[in-house]
Amino acid sequence: MEAFIFNLFIFVLASFVGFELITKVPPTLHTPLMSGANAISGITLIGALIIAGGPDSVYAQWIGFAAIIFATINVVGGFMVTDRMLEMFKKKEGEK
Amino acid sequence: MSQFLPEAFHSFLPNLIQIFYLIATGFFIVGIKRLGSPATARSGNQLASLGMLIGVVVTLFDREIIAFEFIIAGMVIGAFIGIFAAKKVQMTAMPEMVAIFNGFGGGASALVAWGEFTRLDPSIFDTQGLVTTGLSILIGSITFTGSFIAFGKLKGFIGGGRIALPGQNYINLLLTAIALGLVGWFAVDPEYQLVFWLLFGLALLIGVLTVLPIGGADMPVVISLLNSYSGIAASMAGFVLGNNLLIISGALVGAAGLILTNIMCKAMNRTLINVLFGAFGGVSDAGDSDDGDKSYQQTFADDVAIQCTYASKVVITPGYGLAVAQAQHTLKEVANILEERGVTVKYGIHPVAGRMPGHMNVLLAEADVPYDQLYDMDEINPEFKSTDVVLIIGANDVVNPAAKTSPGSPIYGMPILNVDEAKRTIVFKRSMSPGYAGIDNDLFYSDKNQMFFGDAKKSLQELATALKELD
Repeated sequence: MEAFIFNLFIFVLASFVGFELITKVPPTLHTPLMSGANAISGITLIGALIIAGGPDSVYAQWIGFAAIIFATINVVGGFMVTDRMLEMFKKKEGEK
Repeated sequence: MSQFLPEAFHSFLPNLIQIFYLIATGFFIVGIKRLGSPATARSGNQLASLGMLIGVVVTLFDREIIAFEFIIAGMVIGAFIGIFAAKKVQMTAMPEMVAIFNGFGGGASALVAWGEFTRLDPSIFDTQGLVTTGLSILIGSITFTGSFIAFGKLKGFIGGGRIALPGQNYINLLLTAIALGLVGWFAVDPEYQLVFWLLFGLALLIGVLTVLPIGGADMPVVISLLNSYSGIAASMAGFVLGNNLLIISGALVGAAGLILTNIMCKAMNRTLINVLFGAFGGVSDAGDSDDGDKSYQQTFADDVAIQCTYASKVVITPGYGLAVAQAQHTLKEVANILEERGVTVKYGIHPVAGRMPGHMNVLLAEADVPYDQLYDMDEINPEFKSTDVVLIIGANDVVNPAAKTSPGSPIYGMPILNVDEAKRTIVFKRSMSPGYAGIDNDLFYSDKNQMFFGDAKKSLQELATALKELD
């Protein structure tokens, strides 16, 4: 129970940090922001590694394997596509 | 990887991993913070990806991980697909891309919870562990199927309008209540496999049924909301595994997604409840085509060229039609010619122009439109009174005066670009069909308005040619 309460504290505090970070973002950046945050949600990849790399059951390893593929698509694709978008913003600022 | 390390490392390895997780968390927070300003956004994204890399690498040293075949194979396949998709996708297809990546993220979280549950004896889970496992599967699966439906809707595989059974909202609410009940049952009796499978299946179904009835115009809000869900699902998976990095990053994304959803709803003057349960572009509105007795004026490239050249101020309001036609570069060319002739050119960007907030800015940035010519709705609206010509390119709903004048309209109350205050409006559009929200637009029949029919790119090319010939 104690560990759970502790985790709950962390969850709630992190949520507040998330709210604070996003409130003032200009509309121009909403798409890249959404896409970047999306890539971060692929953090679940770390969980997938533990499932796929564990020795306990082959069945679980296959599930973990699928989870790794899904999460890696999200992480790698998400960060790259966000970078592609933001690169265009950058280039223009250099020109000005 | 831990089995390759000397024995001495093993005593403090768990703490070392946690410290690196803490560093990764810091990178995520600073990264998201930096994503909030155009000048630092790119470095913010890179910082966050570095945080992810640190998290992944140190996790490989976890003592529980001993088999690497699945890990390496999975990451190679996933990275290959991700890189391919990210490189190939066109900027116009960005909302679809975000939707589908998001779906994979949510699906992965559900799989992680399932895997953890399969891997361990259910009896060792405590109640909290079981509740979070159930929630992770529920939220992750809803995100997974919901995102795929959103993707299909944006791609046009599935009709953009409202697809719903009578009483669909009540059915969805009932199913959600049942699913939550199943989570509770699962927590009490985890050994009963049927409950688990029912929960899984039902969650997948709920994802489909809740997104299917939502109209295409509301899809950006839905994607943002699903993004938030995928964060919460990752967080729940963190609860299942007792992993702080997952809990924190998931919560950050969950909160960020909710805020974005809220900002978008405000931009459309709608509440979240309304988006999720209300009809937009509904059956009743799409059908009332009483434009038989209304007349409109048609115009052609030469005439538009003359009007623009003799104008002192031209405002361009782009919409999704511009995006689909990939016409942003041609538009820039037209704007360049006009500027050479001494015409002031500005762009008025509605917050939800395109299919995602800020999407239009990305597209125009791709065509090298200078930042300082892009004006947000609030900045450009007072300027329409002094504008000679407004070029409305592929935008419908964001310029529809019905939002101000007809209380019965589904978009009533939505802030719009007040293009009707300008001296002349010219609508670039393929036909007289209503826009994405499925609502007819009175602007098209106004005396001050002219219609320039055709694909946006072709029309703009014609306009560019006509402008050059005017010399």
